[in-house]
Amino acid sequence: MPRDAHMLNDVAGRKSRHVWAARRRFLVPYVFISPNLALFTAFSFAPLLYAVYISFHDWSLIGDSEYLGLGNYVRLFKDKLFWQALANTGVYAAITVSASMAFGLLLAVGLNRRLPGRTVLRSLYFLPVVVAAVATGTMAAWMFNDNYGVVNAILVRLGMGRIAWLSTPQWALPSLAIATVWVRLGFNMIVYLAALQSIPSLYYEAAKIDGANAFHQFRHITLPLLMPATFLLLVLNIIYSFQVFDLIYVMTGGGPGFSTTMVVQYIYQAAFVTSEMGYASAMGIVLYVLILAFTVVQWRASRQSESVL
Amino acid sequence: MRALRRRIGTRTSDLLVWLALTAGALVMIFPIYWMFATAIRPRTEIFASLVALVPHAITWDNFAAIWQRTPLLDWAGNSMFIAVIGVVVTVFANLLCGYTFAKFRFPGRDLLFFAILGALMIPIQVIIVPEFLIVAQLGLLNSPWGVILPRAAEAFGIFMVRQFMVSIPDELLEAARLDGAGEFNIFLRVVLPLSRPIIAVLVIFTFMWRWNDFAWPLVVLTDHAQYTLPLGLNLLRGENNPEWGQVMALALLALLPMLAIFLAFQRHLVQGIASTGLK
Repeated sequence: MPRDAHMLNDVAGRKSRHVWAARRRFLVPYVFISPNLALFTAFSFAPLLYAVYISFHDWSLIGDSEYLGLGNYVRLFKDKLFWQALANTGVYAAITVSASMAFGLLLAVGLNRRLPGRTVLRSLYFLPVVVAAVATGTMAAWMFNDNYGVVNAILVRLGMGRIAWLSTPQWALPSLAIATVWVRLGFNMIVYLAALQSIPSLYYEAAKIDGANAFHQFRHITLPLLMPATFLLLVLNIIYSFQVFDLIYVMTGGGPGFSTTMVVQYIYQAAFVTSEMGYASAMGIVLYVLILAFTVVQWRASRQSESVL
Repeated sequence: MRALRRRIGTRTSDLLVWLALTAGALVMIFPIYWMFATAIRPRTEIFASLVALVPHAITWDNFAAIWQRTPLLDWAGNSMFIAVIGVVVTVFANLLCGYTFAKFRFPGRDLLFFAILGALMIPIQVIIVPEFLIVAQLGLLNSPWGVILPRAAEAFGIFMVRQFMVSIPDELLEAARLDGAGEFNIFLRVVLPLSRPIIAVLVIFTFMWRWNDFAWPLVVLTDHAQYTLPLGLNLLRGENNPEWGQVMALALLALLPMLAIFLAFQRHLVQGIASTGLK
């Protein structure tokens, strides 16, 4: 009898241990992601919801807020400066994304060859990526300085005239684009390089036997196989260009006039210069929705192209 | 004969490519050189009507002036504290989180993963005001923790880790489980040793983001003694008639630790990125 009871106990114990183990097994993933989840909730998701709430109000950070409904969004729709900032962002994104991706691909193809010192060359091209945007902006402002800048000094030595790089609207955006490409190039290069190295050399050998020249190989083997990298870079570069702040804040401050003010600059101005928290938040939400939409469209397109391949 | 001609052909094209790449690299490195060249030359040369490409005289005055005028050690200390603690917290949390998304099935997984990817796309300016209010409520204004905690969860890192860890064989984890290893031990002793390339990439990128961070610290840290190096640099260059020699000296000093990290880990960079499936 006692022996049976003991056995029963044992079975029950094993069973409860099993249930407990299963429950623990179920909880493990949630425990593992909980630090990140807590941080995201406190510092990303909650602020985002709060920003949506603020965007329906008129609020100057101090004092009471007034409910406006969609007032801020209507105002934004009619605000010429917002459209200008959006247009600036679009132009800036188009120039910087296409230039830094095209040059990045070119560099990656070149540096994928067996060349003397290619590791050093890769590092030199990647180096600007690690420089702080504040340092880059400061340095670029100094190099493009109208009177003492080295760029104008070189132009004069080459027998050309000085250019008022940062003090005229038509040259400020190109200067900014040059600085941005300088920063971004290395990252695009290295992702493309990683992608190139994962293409089996067998494909090229087979193409060579079929008599395909270098251009055909690039067009029909390299480019299609780089598609996933291209889509990824497109998403990351567009997000980067839509979010760029530090570089512009330091290099041009959004000027001269409004010529290099991007949406994020305008948001910053509305929030911290004119203290219109509601309006700033409304612009922020619109910008976020735009970025999300862009990403979803690109993601869809990339999946479609992959199924075609 | 044809093979020889082809080889000479490749040789010439290799040479042309090499020349072009080297010329490009010189252009890319020029701004860094210029930072250096401005930092070590005297004021009279910096503000010459037509600046010379190579300094004639060399001086350390700009560095001395920085040392005297600014709380350089405080700034460097703050930057280092924020970057090092930030790297430790973020890299560890990202590895654990990315591993979980790669290797566990659990209800709500895909939804949570998409939410985290959505967080990647939030421009800081969108949430900077509410985030500021939350950090103020927590009493973390003018504290390095006010900079560290809100940036500790990094969506991009989680994404990269997940891509990398998907390729770790399940059999390995199952074998460890059969041996009775706890889940956290499996992560520490089986998964992490296999993850060196991705850890190298994460360390470089996270250190870079924290060390160079500007927009968020600018809002949280208002006390000059609490400033990081980028904020200090912004302070100097924002003066009326900035002393460009000193500004560049500070920029150069701020770049050095980042360069050290980069040189230490750069060998793993291409391989690491290749292995994350960022391709």
